[in-house]
Formats: sequence, C-alpha cells, structure tokens
Amino acid sequence: MDDIAPEYDVIVLGTGLTECVLSGVLSVKGKKVLHIDRNDHYGGEAASVNIETLFKKYGNYTKGEEPWKKYGRVNDWNIDLVPKLLMSCGELTNILVSTDVTRYLEFKQVAGSYVQQGSGAKATVAKVPSDAGEALRSSLMGIFEKRRMKSFIEWVGTFDTTDSASHKGLNINTCTMKDVYDKFGLEAGTRDFIGHAMALYQTDSYISEKGTAPETIERIRLYGNSVSRYGKSPYIYPLYGLGELPQGFARLSAIYGGTYMLNTNIDEVLYEGTKAVGIKATMQDRGGEEPMKFTTKCKKILADPSYFPGKAQVTGQLLKAICILNHPLAGTDNSDSCQLIIPQSQVGRKNDIYIAVVSSAHNVCPKGYYIAIVSTIAETSANHHLELAPGFERLGRIEEKFMGPSIPLYEPLESGVNDNIFISKSYDATSHFETTTDDVKDIYRRAEGHDLVVEGLREGTNLVGEE
Amino acid sequence: MAARGPAGSRVGNSRFAQFKLVLLGESAVGKSSIVLRFVKDQFDSYRESTIGAAFLTQTISLDENTTVKFEIWDTAGQERYKSLAPMYYRNANCAVVVYDITQASSLDKAKQWVKELQRQANENIIIALAGNKLDLVTEQPDKRAIQTADAEAYAREAGLLFFETSAKTAENVRELFTSIAKKLPLDQAGPRNPRSGGRGGVELRPDTPGTQAGGPCSC
Repeated sequence: MDDIAPEYDVIVLGTGLTECVLSGVLSVKGKKVLHIDRNDHYGGEAASVNIETLFKKYGNYTKGEEPWKKYGRVNDWNIDLVPKLLMSCGELTNILVSTDVTRYLEFKQVAGSYVQQGSGAKATVAKVPSDAGEALRSSLMGIFEKRRMKSFIEWVGTFDTTDSASHKGLNINTCTMKDVYDKFGLEAGTRDFIGHAMALYQTDSYISEKGTAPETIERIRLYGNSVSRYGKSPYIYPLYGLGELPQGFARLSAIYGGTYMLNTNIDEVLYEGTKAVGIKATMQDRGGEEPMKFTTKCKKILADPSYFPGKAQVTGQLLKAICILNHPLAGTDNSDSCQLIIPQSQVGRKNDIYIAVVSSAHNVCPKGYYIAIVSTIAETSANHHLELAPGFERLGRIEEKFMGPSIPLYEPLESGVNDNIFISKSYDATSHFETTTDDVKDIYRRAEGHDLVVEGLREGTNLVGEE
Repeated sequence: MAARGPAGSRVGNSRFAQFKLVLLGESAVGKSSIVLRFVKDQFDSYRESTIGAAFLTQTISLDENTTVKFEIWDTAGQERYKSLAPMYYRNANCAVVVYDITQASSLDKAKQWVKELQRQANENIIIALAGNKLDLVTEQPDKRAIQTADAEAYAREAGLLFFETSAKTAENVRELFTSIAKKLPLDQAGPRNPRSGGRGGVELRPDTPGTQAGGPCSC
C-alpha cells in the first residue's frame, strides 16, 4: 500500500456534500487534499441508502425478520437521509455546472410544488403559482385577489434595489415585508403562500423584521427563475438520489489529485499551540488485512461537526419521518415527485411542515413506490409524531414509516481562524441547498481568506479528453 | 451532458452505440497507460498517478456500418485506499480489470476487483482481464511472475475476456477494446435504462437560457 504523504495543504473530515464540494474546489485550485471518512461509504448525513440499510438504521422490525425483502431488490432503493431538492437556478446548480460535475450526474425535474390551505378535514392542496399567468388560474385566490397578486408578481419582476422609482414609494431598505404586502393589499392567505411556498421562509418572522424586503424579493425571484428554467416546479433532483452529489464532487477532487480514505478513524488531532497541524489516524481494512496507522501533517482541517463535537453547538432540533408509499400524494395531479408545504399558520404551528416526494421516476425505488419525507423544526420536546401529524395526513396510506429521535442541528462555535479547524453546519430544515452552498462559501472564506469565485473554475481545465 | 451508455442510434444501415467502460486494478499496474495508448496512442514511462480527466472517449469501427464509442472512466486514484464510490460502477456496460504480469500479487487483487464488479455493477457487464507490462517480459523473460496459462484458466472459468497487453509497445491494446466492443449488445443499444437521457431529464448547461418570470435570471 502506498505511503501517505507527510504533509497536506488541507485534510477534510467527513464526506457530506459541504465537505465534498470544498474538497473538489480546493483540489481544482491546486491544493493537496487528503479526504477522510470514518464510514465505509460516501455522503455522511447526505448519503442515500438502500432499504435494508434504512431498516437496520432505524431498527423498526422484529429481530430475525427481513422486512426489506418484500420491497424487491434492496439495491433498487436509494433513500435520502436529508429531505432536500435543488433549486434549478440555485447556487448548487451553478457550482455543479461550473465544475463540470454535471458530467457524472443526470437530473430530472421535480414535477410540482404545492401548498396546503386550511387544516384537518377542510385542508386543500393547490399548486403554487410561479408566474402572473399561473396566478390568474390559481384556485388559491379569489378573482380580485388574483389581480392584486398578478400586479405584485409583475412588480417583483421589475424591482431594482438601486432604482428607487421601482420601490413603490416605500423606503425599501428599512420598511417591513408587511408594508410591502399592505401596499398591494394582499390577503393573509396570499401572504402565507408567497412567504412560505415561494420565498420559502419557514417562520413568519420575516414579515415584521425591518429591512428584509429586498431579500424576500430576491427569494421570490429565485423561485420564479427556477420554475421558468425548466417549467413545472423550481426543483430538480439527481437520478439515484442526493447521495450522488457528494460522490460526484469527491470524484472531481480525486481527478485533481485529492486522496480518498474511507473507513478511517481519526485517533488524534495534533496541535502546535492552539493550532491544529496534523492527525493520527487508522484505516480499517475490509478485506481482512491489518489496519493501517498513519500520521500526517496539514496546514488546516475542514470537518463536519461530528468530528469535533466539542467545537459545535446545537441550534435546533429537526424532526423527520421517511415514509414509503405505493401511491402519489392526493391533490398533486398524480405527480411522480413534488414538494408540499404546509405553512405554519394553517396548522397552528410556528414552523412549516415540508413534504418532499420522489419516486421510481428518479431511480430511487422500484416502480410503483414513492418515498415521502415529512420534516419540520421541533417545537416541543415530546410527541414529535404529533408535530408531524398534519404531514402524515397528506400522505394517505403509509407502507413503512422510519422516524427516529429528533436530529440536533449543529453549527461551529468559532470561525476556525484560531485553531485552523473549519467546521461546517448540519443540513438544516430548508427544502433546498442554498444554505449549504452559503456554508461552503463561508467556510472557504474563513479558511482561505478570500471569496470563492465559482465562475471560471472550468476555464483552462480539460475534464473530458475527446479523441 | 455526457451520454449514459448504452445510448445508440441507427441511421440507414449504420449503427452507432455508446458504452461506459470502467477501469479497475491495483495502483501502478498501468490502467491509465492502457487507456492513454488506446485513446491518444501515447505512452509515458514516468506518468504520475491519474490526474485531470473525468473520462476519455474513443470510438472504434467494427465494420463499415458499425461504430462503438467508449466513455472510459479512470479510477482517479480512488481505488488506492478502496474508496471507489458506487457512482463509478453505476451503469457501466464493460470493465477492464488490469494486473501486472511481473507482480504476483496483482492477479489476486484483480480477482478481488472482479468480485467487486459482480457485486456492484450490472449483472450483464462485460469484463476483460488484461495482464499488462508484456514488454518487460519480452525483454527479460525471468521477470514474468504470472504464467499466461494460469491467468487464462482463471479468465475462462470466470467468463472474462483475456489479453496480455503492453501499453508501452501497444501490443494487444486495440485488440482488447475491439474484442469488448464485439461482445457488447449493440442491438440493444438504445435507451435501455433511464440514464441514457431523453426521458424527461434536464440538461444543466452554463448557457441554458433563463427565461424570464420575475426579472433577470441570475443563474
């Protein structure tokens, strides 16, 4: 077995999406990267697993039984552990294109984006209008409200932060979003789906906070632009599951010289003063050979929070239930995939409930099955099942339900400048990867001292040698 | 987006099919060198480990009407510490498992890779076993550590194509890929699996025009 180099520019711990994007980008930029995971597979919390692994992970079956056997070939299942989708005009898409990682992946549209109005027996599900035309046909609003919504959407399209003539007489940088909604005379229900199903805020705090209007408008635009890029919904999704994303970026890193070691435990982090300068680690061998112990130096360490629990804090608890269905969601036009948002106000909560559905159309399960993940931020410390109940109501008959304890969301205590250890955040409760790519850029800035410019990464590289 | 094999088309009498080929084998047995010889007809004795290419492509004509295009994936060094991702094997139509005929242990490693392929890849994947560095043995016969007959017997038993090759002299390199091409199911070429595109997939390209809904597209 080859020797490990005595020193690396960067050691990356954990192969989640954040770590793999950073590893790939740093390798492309010529850094010498050693990338390690304690698991025997890529992806960490952002992996996709087969149905046998899922049953074993949650342990919700009687010992001795093999319930996964009734679901066909286990490897036909690629079940995400993180319920997220890609915004088709979002930053992750941009990074994928800029690095040519799209060459390893194939994407498909998510068929629809829906929002619930009302609750209990009176709940209705409607498609989220994405442009002025759809707003006019939407069942979400009455005829006069539709006109107001249309003029709001058109205004969002022409809005320019630097041009006060487009600000409708509002002081856009200090007013609240409530002021903006008031200006257009929008009803409460309309505000609800604009803020939660288009701007994708999970709580209502954005409405009364001063100065959030430009960001809200930007979010609505991202939504609209993402829908109009391919139609139907703002989301795209990789065939074979989200777990393909970290693998794709890991391959990018490897192609540019990054060294990969799975199944490897970090025994010790070496410090000089306060600064991390290396690691001692052991690679376990699955083939029955002796474990390989090694020591190597590094200029810095990037890691997911699980590698440094003492350097991270819990900021919230995510509730999540992975459900296997054999039918599409009611009210979603038999969509093979969708996002359904239940705004908090509709069901008496503070945080929205999200449902993300994918199916055999995305090669994540055998034909006839659907995988729905219901998630929200925990508001109580007990009875998490009850908190997700409005989501379960939308699913109809559920074949299998996988739900563990609430999942703590971590973020680093420090920037990493003091100890050379740059820690990522957990995958949060948002339905997309925009906060993940924000974190990638933030870590890059903290670790490298300058901004990550994604554009132009592919310039001068030759990723495909044509004959 | 790169075509996912096998993607095929038929115009008149001519057939065109594309297949994904993956390389496997221990480090330093000459995986990349074989591909470099096949694709660019080059050889470099002091080549560093694989760097810089997502995959290489090369077409061969089986006859005047039949063209096969290989999309060749190199391990990018991820085999070194057994860290190849499932993505690597996904939808591979064929594989070349390479060993070094001057290194006794490399055939054992090759056998492990064959097992790994049978576990991870498509059931009907075409596998070829290539004993590389034939040039070293031609110069100094005592350098040979693995007898041709032994490797051939294993290949026959395991249902693999078999060649001894030299990336340096080009001996049997083209023959290796041609024999794989002949064994591939050209008539089934076409969108056999959804990954070959054209089934509602979206193409992510830098120049995809963002049509306007709510202002200038920032993507």
